[in-house]
Amino acid sequence: MTPKHPEDRHPMLDQLSQLWRNKTAVAGLIVITLFTLSGIFAPFISPHDPIEVALYDQLKPPAWKEGGSSKNLLGTDDLGRDILSRIVFGARVSLMVAVVSVGIAFFFGTIIGSVCGYYKGNLDNIVMRGIDIILSFPYILLAIVVVAYLGPSLQNAMLAIAITYVPRFARIVRASVLEECEKDYVMAARAIGARDSRIIFTAILPNCMGPLIVQTTLSFASAILDAAALSFLGLGAQPPTPEWGADIARSRAMILRASWVMTFPGLAILGAVLGFNLLGDGLRDALDPRLRD
Amino acid sequence: MPDPFQHTGVLLEARNIFKYYPIRGGVFMKKTGEVKAVDGVSLVIHNGETLGLVGESGCGKTTLGRALLRLEEPTSGEVLFQGENILDYTQHQMQSLRGKMQVIFQDPFSSLNPRKTISHIIGEPLLVHGVKRRKDREARVLELLEVVGLRKEHMRRYPHQFSGGQRQRIGVARALALKPELIVCDEAVSALDVSIQAQVINLLKDLQQDFGLTYLFISHDLSVVEHVSSRVAVMYLGKIVELAPSAALYREPLHPYTQALLSAVPIPDPSVHRPGRIILKGDVPSPIDPPSGCRFHPRCHYARSICSEQAPELTEYGVRHFAACIFAGRLTLEPL
Repeated sequence: MTPKHPEDRHPMLDQLSQLWRNKTAVAGLIVITLFTLSGIFAPFISPHDPIEVALYDQLKPPAWKEGGSSKNLLGTDDLGRDILSRIVFGARVSLMVAVVSVGIAFFFGTIIGSVCGYYKGNLDNIVMRGIDIILSFPYILLAIVVVAYLGPSLQNAMLAIAITYVPRFARIVRASVLEECEKDYVMAARAIGARDSRIIFTAILPNCMGPLIVQTTLSFASAILDAAALSFLGLGAQPPTPEWGADIARSRAMILRASWVMTFPGLAILGAVLGFNLLGDGLRDALDPRLRD
Repeated sequence: MPDPFQHTGVLLEARNIFKYYPIRGGVFMKKTGEVKAVDGVSLVIHNGETLGLVGESGCGKTTLGRALLRLEEPTSGEVLFQGENILDYTQHQMQSLRGKMQVIFQDPFSSLNPRKTISHIIGEPLLVHGVKRRKDREARVLELLEVVGLRKEHMRRYPHQFSGGQRQRIGVARALALKPELIVCDEAVSALDVSIQAQVINLLKDLQQDFGLTYLFISHDLSVVEHVSSRVAVMYLGKIVELAPSAALYREPLHPYTQALLSAVPIPDPSVHRPGRIILKGDVPSPIDPPSGCRFHPRCHYARSICSEQAPELTEYGVRHFAACIFAGRLTLEPL
């Protein structure tokens, strides 16, 4: 038997091995996996109950600082709650907010953008002017309006973030679809008698994934931040739910006395955001066959 | 002179095809003008023939080709395919007819979806037309690859891993997948090297013999068109100015524009001396505001005042030799 040609393997394998060779993407993947696992298995890994108040242990410093103990590795906050446990549980809330709200925005934004970009004409004009109107509001203000209308809760905060994120996805998808529509392979798909839905979703959209993936990862990051902002305003996660952003907001008064209370949730956000961005860049390279070889 | 096209029958007939693109401007997108890309074209394509369609860039060749396949909706006119006006077809009817009429594109780099494997690209027409089993599709893809001279191991590769000529072969295989009757070759070899051009042209000719295909061969390259076509139509600014059997057209062109085009064909032999190359003055006028009367008159050597007033109709002068020039047949064109 002749040896198998390396190019004859299934394309998914190629893409995965491409991703694997990209060290920074793998680092991002590891970080995200760690956060995801800690979110899923939070009850088993966290040393304490994240909402248990222990007034005797108020504002304990991390274990390696003077006055710290191995009981609270990253110290405690002003109510004596274990910071490590709150970060582990906070991963749950933050990642869920990111995935759900960005997922909804991705879904509707992609449909709106691709339909507008493909059919153009009056439909496109009307819908895109509507999108422009949404974009002309400061989006956090819009989110506040939505939450104020629906009532403050984490679910409504996710919905509000999703609504404010739809326009950016719609615009990016529309621009890419407009560009791809000019190419002959779209005409070729029409010439073989493919239906419009097939042309949009199986021919054009896969070619628009590059910018979409970048947008998605950036949005994951900012969704985490926006959820925190809404929580800070009392419109998102309600206390005592552990949430990174809300914890930062709560502890800003103590930054001079007990900087660790604010630092560790901040590092958690930094890590998650960085992880998503690194992975996103790697995926973009791996999914585009033209950047290979 | 015997008529070689007498018995073959008509595959496609176009009657008075117009394709105008609106130009919109201002805040309310009001229509401010029209690009008259195709301006009243009628032609007939017979079963099994190759009709060449030539003209300079921007004369409406490609738009006409797409309008005939209804890839662009003509502004008005009729396209009869096997006797039925396909412009009356519903979208659904049109989709099932697509298998009978295919197209090969000019640019082999943008006509293949960069994210699909060759197997997927050639197999997609089959999938769309109801071949649901993957095994059946792959068997047919293998057959097609062999027909166009590619190898089995190419199936899993992506378009960017091929050369221009190979990509054009993939485009040909895709067009053949549904066993079409008419293939519009839209500048199908223009983007290729000369040696590769010859290969692809020979492939197309062999396929025509083997499968009884009919071609509309759009090109700006007159020598290629002469080589492949049984009849040739010459387009200028959205209209056909001359339509004739290939030999007659190249031997004795009746329209001054055809003559000018032919005189511009380079001859790859420095020892041949060509008398009087006709160099056309100026550019092609804008199709937004075409000249009155005969559209060619501002650039024509032989133009008289009547040419700017009266638009000549396509009229038969020799056997199946049509030309749209008031003086056709009466002009003594300079010998080539």
